[in-house]
Amino acid sequence: MNFPILSSLILLPTIGALFLFFIKEKEGNNTTIKYVALFTAVVNFLISIYLWIAFDQSTSSFQFIEDRTWIKSFINYKVGVDGISILFIILTTFITPLCIISVNNSVKNRLRDFLIAILIMESFMIGVFSALDLIVFYLFFEAGLIPMFLIIGIWGGARRVYSAFKFFLYTLLGSVLMLVAIISIYWITGTTDVVQLYEIGIDVKYQNLLWLAFFSSFAVKTPMWPVHTWLPDAHVEAPTAGSVLLAAILLKMAGYGFIRFSLGLFPIASEVFTPLIYTLSVIAIIFTSLIALMQEDMKKLIAYSSVAHMGFVTLGIFTLQQQGIEGSIIQMISHGLVSAALFLTVGVVYDRMHSRLISTYGGLVSVIPKYSILFMLFALASLGLPGTSGFIGEFLILMGAFKDNFLVAVIASIGVILGAAYMLWLYKRVVFGKLINEDLKKILDLNRSEYFILSCLAAPILFFGFYPDPLINTIEVSVTDLINMNNTNIASK
Amino acid sequence: MENLNAILPEIFISLSIMFLLILGVFKNDSSKITFNLSLFAILITTIITFNETYSVNRETLFNESVVIDSMSSLMKIITLIGGFLVLVISSTYLKTFKIYNIEYPVLILSSILGMMVMISSNDLIVFYMGLELQSLALYVLATYNRDQLKSSEAGLKYFVLSALSSGLLLYGCSLVYGFSGSTNFDIISNQLNSEEYVLTFGIVFILVGLAFKISAVPFHMWAPDVYEGSPTTVTLFFTIVPKVAALTVFIRFLYVPFLNLIDQWQMIIVFLSIASMVFGAVAAIGQTNIKRLIAYSSIGHIGYTLAGLATASNEGIQSSIIYISIYVVMNLALFSCLLMLRRKDQYYEDIEDLSGLSKNHPLLSLCLLVILFSLAGIPPLAGFFAKFYVFKAVLEQSMFFLAIVGLLSTVVAAFYYLRIIKIIYFDKEKDKYDTDHSLWLKFSLTVSTILILLYFIFPSQLIEVVSRINII
Repeated sequence: MNFPILSSLILLPTIGALFLFFIKEKEGNNTTIKYVALFTAVVNFLISIYLWIAFDQSTSSFQFIEDRTWIKSFINYKVGVDGISILFIILTTFITPLCIISVNNSVKNRLRDFLIAILIMESFMIGVFSALDLIVFYLFFEAGLIPMFLIIGIWGGARRVYSAFKFFLYTLLGSVLMLVAIISIYWITGTTDVVQLYEIGIDVKYQNLLWLAFFSSFAVKTPMWPVHTWLPDAHVEAPTAGSVLLAAILLKMAGYGFIRFSLGLFPIASEVFTPLIYTLSVIAIIFTSLIALMQEDMKKLIAYSSVAHMGFVTLGIFTLQQQGIEGSIIQMISHGLVSAALFLTVGVVYDRMHSRLISTYGGLVSVIPKYSILFMLFALASLGLPGTSGFIGEFLILMGAFKDNFLVAVIASIGVILGAAYMLWLYKRVVFGKLINEDLKKILDLNRSEYFILSCLAAPILFFGFYPDPLINTIEVSVTDLINMNNTNIASK
Repeated sequence: MENLNAILPEIFISLSIMFLLILGVFKNDSSKITFNLSLFAILITTIITFNETYSVNRETLFNESVVIDSMSSLMKIITLIGGFLVLVISSTYLKTFKIYNIEYPVLILSSILGMMVMISSNDLIVFYMGLELQSLALYVLATYNRDQLKSSEAGLKYFVLSALSSGLLLYGCSLVYGFSGSTNFDIISNQLNSEEYVLTFGIVFILVGLAFKISAVPFHMWAPDVYEGSPTTVTLFFTIVPKVAALTVFIRFLYVPFLNLIDQWQMIIVFLSIASMVFGAVAAIGQTNIKRLIAYSSIGHIGYTLAGLATASNEGIQSSIIYISIYVVMNLALFSCLLMLRRKDQYYEDIEDLSGLSKNHPLLSLCLLVILFSLAGIPPLAGFFAKFYVFKAVLEQSMFFLAIVGLLSTVVAAFYYLRIIKIIYFDKEKDKYDTDHSLWLKFSLTVSTILILLYFIFPSQLIEVVSRINII
């Protein structure tokens, strides 16, 4: 494969953003800008689909590798995909065009700048998922902060400044320690190339500290309890498209990082710290589910549910079982779709009523039935009803957990029940009941673009719910290999 | 007869200074022509420096009291380019305050001459001469806007404190001379013996004097006041050019005469570095004046360059030099933006004046965004790489404490940079600023911003240039 397909995936959105930069923004009429952005994002999506088709599922080694000297005798620009990362890339390229379509309603001013930020964000995210060098990974990982800071800060709600700062400083604080760890790895092993590092391995005596440094960064980004507090603030204040990006893609960087780096590079430390992760994950699942029950703000509720779902993801990853890790990956993909959809559904009513409070609504089913049906689908997917993608992920994670630790699995299962409780209660309060608020009578049902976006999200949720094979086939070999590598590493010590 | 080619740049620049002074005396209304001629002189000097000294590996002159090597030539070129750009973007500002006189370029040239002597010095006396030459010129430059109280205050304060530090420096030099019997760096290096504990006093005095010149904590007190009071273009000069020269001298002192005494000074440098990084980050948070804020931020940045020096390795020295070069570009860009905040012949320098800038001046704000994120050290901008190289060198020596404190203070520092970005992007807009800037100002802003933004594409070039410097 000579054509640098991954680099073009990374670069294309940036080039699109550059084009946007030179188009003049007109008052009122921004169709050109939107079409340019959408075109870029859709082309990128098509390229990534081609990538998936051309991807060889029978091997766990990295494919489409590009390796160029970047800083002489030090860092190579190296990208490549395996079964795990390719799904995240497709998720990114799939969600971005939907975000761009959705800005119609939620972003009123400075649309051009907003789209530029989203496209640049897409570039960085694809970069994170395809980087095969620790420093390249770090560059993309951190660079994503800049557009996200601006998205929250410029287009957010009332407390946007506070949330933007909190988001930025929390994540930066987590990441600087990772930088120390990355440089230390370079001095310990003489390389930052992930593929080589997989082969050489890292000396056991350093693993624990390095693991903790990576953990500090990933834990903030995941986010894990107790450093999750930036997430609800950032979500609530970000515009709908920003929340979608944040929930669907940004949160996945850390989960991906745990699998690729924490498990891959520090297998022994991962084993050592499994109890820590279990504890934090279980607390996150139970604690944030309870908090979600108490929320009066819809977006906040979904944000807390994200923390709980990510709790399942971290739990699954560190079961170190085939099912657990596969479940985590599917859960992440599914959460990417479902949380994006939920934020968009909240966005739909917010654009009409300018309120995110649950108490504003009630009885929506009698005025906007189409909306209510789709909302129900997403709520059920979020709580993991069989037949939706949410079920596959949670089920596999719990299966993995039962194999590894019975108690943890039982407590996590309680989390599933709580998840059902807050989602159904939310749905009941918003959609069912009597239509008390007079303003709601005039509310309009989904318009064409909203209907399109939500159907686009509903389709894969249902499809993978009934037929998860395409996902599992893609990741299977890579995950098996990762676990084998871990087991041999642990056995040899 | 010695081969004078190697110090041709210094000779040329001194002759130019004399010529310009005479021209100023005999020709009326000669400020414009002196300005242009001095720019031309700097340009020629840069070319001569490049031609005559860039390929020189190591050469000494005048009984080894002057040394020309790869470090000195590189640092001279940075100094000259910095001086050139400062001079070239000053004119509008000076005209606004009606201080567009012949003295300004001449003073800048003489301080550059002083710095070039400092950079090349391999002898205590030569070094001191250069230092005093540049300081004297800087005192006058600080008070250059003499109708303003703050400017005079800045100059006076700078003069008094700087004279004090020069005194300390001289005392240190005399102690070192007393123990080694020579003023030549190489001879001192061979003679010094770490058993003599009084010698440590000498080193400490010298380091204190030098730390004052680069405004490292706890010898930074003058910087915020002087930076705030001086005319903005002079502040720009202060923040970049003397720092480059002082850093070179710092490197030279530590790694030539005092190399054997590394145990004595390493802790001092680590302390200066940590104190500067932390203090610079924390103290900048409460500032309301941009120039004061830049003063604190430059204190922080000096902390990072010192972290590279503390490693006692070639890699560390190289990383410090990379850091200071990138820092020069970033500061130049930042000040170019600052000089654009002009409305009806008045310059604005409060952070609040940037409020909502992005609505009226999207391009300028975008440049500021890039510069500020780069100063905060966020990848993929140049500022990140600067920090990255430093910490790479620091971690090579397993100085984890220094690295972690440094990186954590970048998080604190990120806060105040973000605050400016917040004011630019998230707050309500104010009146428009003038947009009729001089071509040079636009040029320097564009070029430096592009350098910052696209540095990540070709990071190897700068490393290659710097990797020729092997002091140890």
